[in-house]
Amino acid sequence: MGPIKVGFLHSLLRKEEKLLISEFNKRRNVSLVMLDDRRLIFDLDEAAAAGPDVIIERCINHSRALHALRLYQSLGIPCVNNYRVSQTCGDKILTAVALKDHQVPQPELRIAFTEKAALQAIETLGYPVVLKPAVGSWGRLLSKINDRDAAETVLEHKTVLGSYHHSIFFIQKYVAKKGRDIRAFVVGDQCIAAIYRSSDHWITNTARGATATNCPVDNDLAEVCIRAARAVGGGLLAVDLFESENGLLVNEINYTMEFRNSIDTTGVNIPGRVVDYIISRAIRD
Amino acid sequence: MTECPVCGAGLELADDTVQGELLECDDCGCELEVISTEPAELAEAPEVEEDWGQ
Repeated sequence: MGPIKVGFLHSLLRKEEKLLISEFNKRRNVSLVMLDDRRLIFDLDEAAAAGPDVIIERCINHSRALHALRLYQSLGIPCVNNYRVSQTCGDKILTAVALKDHQVPQPELRIAFTEKAALQAIETLGYPVVLKPAVGSWGRLLSKINDRDAAETVLEHKTVLGSYHHSIFFIQKYVAKKGRDIRAFVVGDQCIAAIYRSSDHWITNTARGATATNCPVDNDLAEVCIRAARAVGGGLLAVDLFESENGLLVNEINYTMEFRNSIDTTGVNIPGRVVDYIISRAIRD
Repeated sequence: MTECPVCGAGLELADDTVQGELLECDDCGCELEVISTEPAELAEAPEVEEDWGQ
């Protein structure tokens, strides 16, 4: 039997992708096929006879990842993460529903479709709240709203200046998080590592300058993370959590996880674990 | 050896550089994309788009 053919779906290659490529190249029985989403042309009638045994999704654009995964799955190629997971995790509303359906704790939230309804929802939740685009990342376009004046202003700006999907209002009760949150990495049925992300700013994304330190994975953290991962369909997932007075709350789940700041910090070979998982998912004839 | 398309500084690509990789110019700090490795060719990296990242 020949080597396992792994399709590496990507666009720009960031540090994470370089680390994964390097890890794949260490494996004797793996042949890596690079699939640059900027060059792909799909033909729905094309047979997948020579297709990869498995695809790892590492696109930088959510929209391309989502559709490419659906197209590859239609050819019968297993994808990690799969289309349903990417669809759920790429949309905060769908994530919130999945968490609710599986009784995974999350911050209190409301969803509204008009400026007037959003303002009413914010007033009901009580200040401060955080407005988030349903699709978006790296902490972009998050608004912490402390009073009615700010609420009216931000809602009007989003309605008038934003594209239509900025008028789908995802409103989360602000969680006082003592300057840090947790990002935990789930591979299959295991929470393999976690970091604290600390910042003086209320946004604690490392892409926005937060610093990473090791967070020991205890039973409580592992249990919530695995339940959260299962709720969205499982696979390779980075779970963001808040530590609240009422215990851990799942804030978001990321399906193309970024881990460059977490390998040395945790001492866990995250790309190695990811590669092991991908190989285990390959379908061989 | 190639040069930064923004500031013209000389840039040496590492042996394990791959097409599509992101680099930062040491001189001007601009983010660059490796268009090809043989021959070495760089371009300014695309601007961040709304649906980028996790």
